[in-house]
Formats: sequence, structure tokens, C-alpha cells
Amino acid sequence: MPELKKTRKESMLLNIGPTHPAMHGIVRIIAELDGEEVVDTDVEIGYLHRAFEKHAEQDGYLQVIPYTDRLNYVSPLINNTGYCLAVEKLFGLETTERAKYIRVIMNELSRVTDHLTCVGASAMELGAFTVFLYMIKAREMIYQLIEEVTGARLTISYTRIGGVKADLPPDFASKCREILGECRGVLKEVDQLVTRNRIFVDRLKDIGVISQADAVAYGITGPFLRSTGIDYDVRRAAPYLVYDHFDFEIPVGEHGDNFDRYLVRMDEMEQSMRIVEQALDKIPGGPVLLDTQGNEISAADMVDEAKMGRVTGLCGKSASTDPTLEGSGRGIYEKIESGNKEAMMPPKEMTYSSIEGLMNHFKTVMVGHGIRPPKGEVYFPVEGANGELGFYIVSDGTDRPYRVRVRPPCFVIMAALSKILKGDTLADIVPTFGSVNMIGGELDR
Amino acid sequence: MEVKTLEQTGGFTSKLDDMVAWARKFSIFQYPFITACCGMEYMSTACSHYDVDRFGAGLPRFSPRQADVLFVVGTISHKLAPVLKHIYDQMADPKWVVAFGVCTCTGGFYNNYATVQGIDTIIPVDVYIPGCPPRPEYVLDGLMKLQEKIQIEKKAY
Amino acid sequence: MGNLHDRVKERWPHAVLELHDDRGDETVVLMRDDFTVIMKALKEDPEFDFQMLMDLTAVDGKDLGWKPRFEVVYHLYSLSKNHRLRVKVRVNERDALMPTATTLWAIADWFEREVWDMFGIRFEGHPDLRRILMYDEFVGHPLRKDYPHNKRQPLIGPKN
Repeated sequence: MPELKKTRKESMLLNIGPTHPAMHGIVRIIAELDGEEVVDTDVEIGYLHRAFEKHAEQDGYLQVIPYTDRLNYVSPLINNTGYCLAVEKLFGLETTERAKYIRVIMNELSRVTDHLTCVGASAMELGAFTVFLYMIKAREMIYQLIEEVTGARLTISYTRIGGVKADLPPDFASKCREILGECRGVLKEVDQLVTRNRIFVDRLKDIGVISQADAVAYGITGPFLRSTGIDYDVRRAAPYLVYDHFDFEIPVGEHGDNFDRYLVRMDEMEQSMRIVEQALDKIPGGPVLLDTQGNEISAADMVDEAKMGRVTGLCGKSASTDPTLEGSGRGIYEKIESGNKEAMMPPKEMTYSSIEGLMNHFKTVMVGHGIRPPKGEVYFPVEGANGELGFYIVSDGTDRPYRVRVRPPCFVIMAALSKILKGDTLADIVPTFGSVNMIGGELDR
Repeated sequence: MEVKTLEQTGGFTSKLDDMVAWARKFSIFQYPFITACCGMEYMSTACSHYDVDRFGAGLPRFSPRQADVLFVVGTISHKLAPVLKHIYDQMADPKWVVAFGVCTCTGGFYNNYATVQGIDTIIPVDVYIPGCPPRPEYVLDGLMKLQEKIQIEKKAY
Repeated sequence: MGNLHDRVKERWPHAVLELHDDRGDETVVLMRDDFTVIMKALKEDPEFDFQMLMDLTAVDGKDLGWKPRFEVVYHLYSLSKNHRLRVKVRVNERDALMPTATTLWAIADWFEREVWDMFGIRFEGHPDLRRILMYDEFVGHPLRKDYPHNKRQPLIGPKN
């Protein structure tokens, strides 16, 4: 038998992205291949650079909030909270107890939507389309819940400096519990579908392995770090809001491979739901309780009255806020106040009904007035869905932030991607990239 | 002339143009050019709850050469603009473009050094769906508008 | 715990220009010449044990009239001790050069590329210093205060 001709050893360059569907539209990987094996990769990012940090320097402190929604658009509530907490630290403010609980509830719901999307999408990329449909169904239910609270599905701008925009709707707790129950059902189904599925496991197990030392050197946090066995979680290490009031576990993996990351995310969703349930049990009343006895008029009526100058007696009444602007008038609330007039937007009722309220609103919003935190610099980390999400804000005492910097959790994972992919095969790029949970808005800002 | 009903003739007459347009509008092969936040709503629209398949647009094609409608979903930065143009040029006629979300319509509130101020500065657009991001209902409405447009379009074939 | 910045000052009295713990964030401002040595000690000395470089960024002080124009800001975190330290180094515009931290923390690679891209501060010894978020054809450094926020440099399509 003739000897096999020695195969030519020559590497091939393969360009993947930026519009490749598995690259989620905005990442380009230039892979050097030796046959099937990935020898080296160059990861190029920046295709969704939207100048968040530059924008933040142009607008007032309150106007930055909508931009933070669009950083990690899968879990916008966490970004909102992170930014507001950083500015509150700058002011030295502390929100009311109820506002803290509301923030925790919304944060954890957001974390669940983020993990649902991540696991669903990466399962879809491996062919498990049913999982994707199931998980998006669960996400849709949570979106509807979020919409009832905030008035929007995705880009919600819910938190304000010093509190949140509006209180929870009256039957929130029961609805939330019901939806969490449904989510658990979905997660159970998904678990049964894929966790012991031969194809799924083979594609994930021992693929995309990162060692503890590397993960730390790359500054990786969140589920990605926890999959290697380090139980670092900002909620535990430096509890913010009221996270120290709850009983929850931090799931960790051991191998640091794609499969462990999948398991960690699945467990984390369960833990998040536990936190939400405990928060629903413990949430205190407070200045935001619903006033069902009289004294209510719709915000639209109040504006009409005020326009005609009939403002006597309006101040002090509660008006039904209307987050959808359709007149459906969900909820009648007073707002959550920090007591610091220099930092807080006045409630809409005050804005519409009294000249002081209107002036106060003007003073907090208009360019040249705006809220003015004292000079200084702060860094505030919160646990984002992908890891530590930090806001570093430098204030020069004027109404615009001098510098806002986001510490993007998935940026650092993308930096390590090249190292993780090395030695795996070409087909492994897709599940590994999927487990990174790359979110463009946060990666490129 | 005696007019026969459909039951009597077993068929009906129409213009070839209309027939072709009718067939086209219910077989939209879309290319989702997803970049940003709007992608989340695109996913919601495509999945079972809103079910874009009802409009014959359920099958995304990830090769521009096989697609009829380019869905530009999300902010286009100047770094990405040449790629978008390249994708558009690769699509075969007849082709339509949907600008999904306000960033693609006008640049939205990203008026800065990095963002394209509306993709119509680069490629022609047929339907604009504003919103940041648009709700799935808007998207379905936009899709129906696109179908109307395809129906009345006069094209040489 | 506590008074980390005092301990840093005690050990390297000549190298610490300034220190404060405003709002609980302990901060030291270091001289550039001693930067590499001190950072190495901060990482490796069990007393500090900063295994993680959480964030690396810069601030352009042009509008505030800072004399060395830029501040490069490092946020360090220790997993074992659960403490944080902010390290700042001031750099001039004319001599916008920093020693690299890539030898200590792998993540410094991308962070430094970003600072170079956005502020135009070079990092000496960086293995591959090129733009990361913007494209190669882009002229200038957008996060500098003298770069207008809407000055566009399109690759295709109408100019601005």
C-alpha cells in the first residue's frame, strides 16, 4: 500500500461576521484554521459603537438614563439601577425602602429575561429551536409584566435618581407569582429537553474551557467566572439595595466550559425568581401606597383644569399616572421621594398642578439648570446579567456629568474569547460565542 | 356579454401583474440585518406569540442572495455602513428594504460622531417603522404596509 | 481592611502624589515613573492581592484646566480580600504615554486599546496597540473634550 502523501500543512483564514447570524450581527471573527482546528483568532468589535460616553457628557444627569437602557438592552433595568445608584452615591442620597425593593424585583426579573434570551438563543444556534420558542414565550410574559409596571417593554427608563418612576400596579404581586410559576414550567421543560440531550451536551461539554487563573486575569465576572468555580457575585461581595435581606445561593460550576455556563445560568434564573418571591413577601409599604379613597383625578383632567387656571385645591391631590399615554390610566400613585429637592424630579402631579412643582421640574430638567451633584468621582458596581457592571462618574459640580464611564461586563469576556477559542474546532465557535452572551450595546457602548 | 360567476366557470380572471404581486407579497424571504436593541423586538415578533409567519414572512434567509426583503434592525454605525451597503448590493431584484426602529429611520437620539443619520442616506428604504424599539404590533403593521406596497408595485419582469 | 491608600502611602511615600477616600472610594494618585513597580507589588503582594483589574479608563481634564491634561484611572479589585482601590496616573498631552499593564493583567490589552482609541494615550510596551471601537480611517480621538460630539467621518454616504 502506497504511503499516504503527507498533507500540506497550511493554515486558512476564514472571516466570520460581522453580519453572520451566529455573530449576532456586530462582531467579526477572523479565524486562522488548520483544517477544522482554530489556530488563532482576531476578534474585531466596535460595529455598534454609539458614543454613549460622549453623549453622557453632553446631556444632564437625568437625560443620561434613557441612554443607559440601551447599553444592555436585554436587561435594561439593571443598567438603569446601576447608573442611578452611582449618581445617588455622588449625591449621598438613599432611596426609600420600598423603592429599593421595587428595584430589586425589577432587577431580578430583568436578569431572568437576560438569561432566558441567552440560553434560548445559544440553544437555537445548536439546532434546539423549540427551546428558543419556549424561552421567548416565557420572556414575553415577563415583558408584559414589566410593561405593566414601567409602560414599556424594553427601553423603560424606569428608575429615577432617588427612586423609581412609578409604583407597582395594584395586583402586581399575584400576577408576578403566576408568571414566575409559568417560567418555572418553561425552565423545567427546557431542562428536560436539553440538559441530558446527547447532541446538546456533546456540543457544549469541555468546549470553550477557560481556567480560573485566566478568567481572573481577564477580569471576567458574572456567570462566566462562576462557571469556573469562583463564587464572586457583587450582590454578595458588596451588597447594594437590599440584597442582604434575601436568602439566595450563588450557583457555581467547576470546569469553566460551555455546559457549566449553561447550568449556572439555568440555576441563576431559579435563584432570581426566589429573590423576587421573597421581595414580594417582604416589600414594605411607605410613601407610595395607593390611595383608594377619593381624591383621585386622572392626570389628563388635572392638566386640563390647570391649563384653564383652575389650580386651587389641586395640589396635594393624587392623580392617576398614565404610563401608556393612552388614557388607560393604570395605577394611582404618589411618588417615591428622596426628600432632596435638588436631585429629584417632582412627581407629575405636582408638575401639573402647582407652579412650584412646575418650576421644580423645569429646574431639574432644563439645560443650564438641571441637578448638580457635588464635585467628586464615584465608582459603583452592580451585578449585571453578564457580570460586574460598574459606572464611574466624574462630576465637576455642573449640571452635566464631566465623564461617565461604563465598565462593560461582556467587553472583558470578548477580550478573552480569542484565548478561549484557540484549539477548539470551527464549529465550536458558535456555542462558545453564544455562551458569552455578547450584547452589542454594552460591548461597544 | 354574460358574466359568469366563479362557481360556473371554475376559475377567475386577473391581471398577471396582480397575480405575481400577490404571490410575492405572501412569500417574503427576509434578511434580518440585526445589530442592536431592536433585535429583541424582532425576536419577539418572529416567535410564537406574535407569529410573523401568518404574513408569509416567517423564514429568514441568512444569505442576501436568497432574500427579498432586507430588515435593517438597529443602529447602523459608520463602521458598519459599508457592510450594509455591501449586503444590499448582493440582493437580487426585486428587493425591498424595511427600516426597523428609529435609529435606522433618522439616527434616533444618537446624533453623534459614530452613528449614521438614517440608513436612507446609504440605501433606498421602502417602509419605515419608527419606535425605540417598535412594539411587535408596529412591526406587523409595517409588514402589512410593505405587502400593500408590493401588491401595487409595477415592476418589469 | 480600611485605609488601603494610607498603607500604599506608607510604603511608597515618594511615589504617591495625592490620596483621598471621598465617598468611600479609596484613591491614590501615583507618579508615572513608579507606576509599574507599584502595580506589580499591588498585584503580587499578599497584603494587597489585587488579582483583578476591573476597569481601566481615562479622563480628559481639558475643560477643567487640569495641568497634566489626562488622568488614567485603574480600578483594582481583590477577590480574596474583597477590597477595591482606584489608582490614578496623570499624563501630559504632549507626552501622552503610559507604561503598559498587559504584563500584569491580560485584560489590560483591550482596555488600553480602548483608551488609545478614545483618548489618544499611548501605552509603552503594548503588544498590539491599534484602534478597537472606531475604524482605522477615523481621524482624532472622540472622547477628548475638543472633539465635537457630532463631527462625523463617514466611510460611505454623504459627508456629515
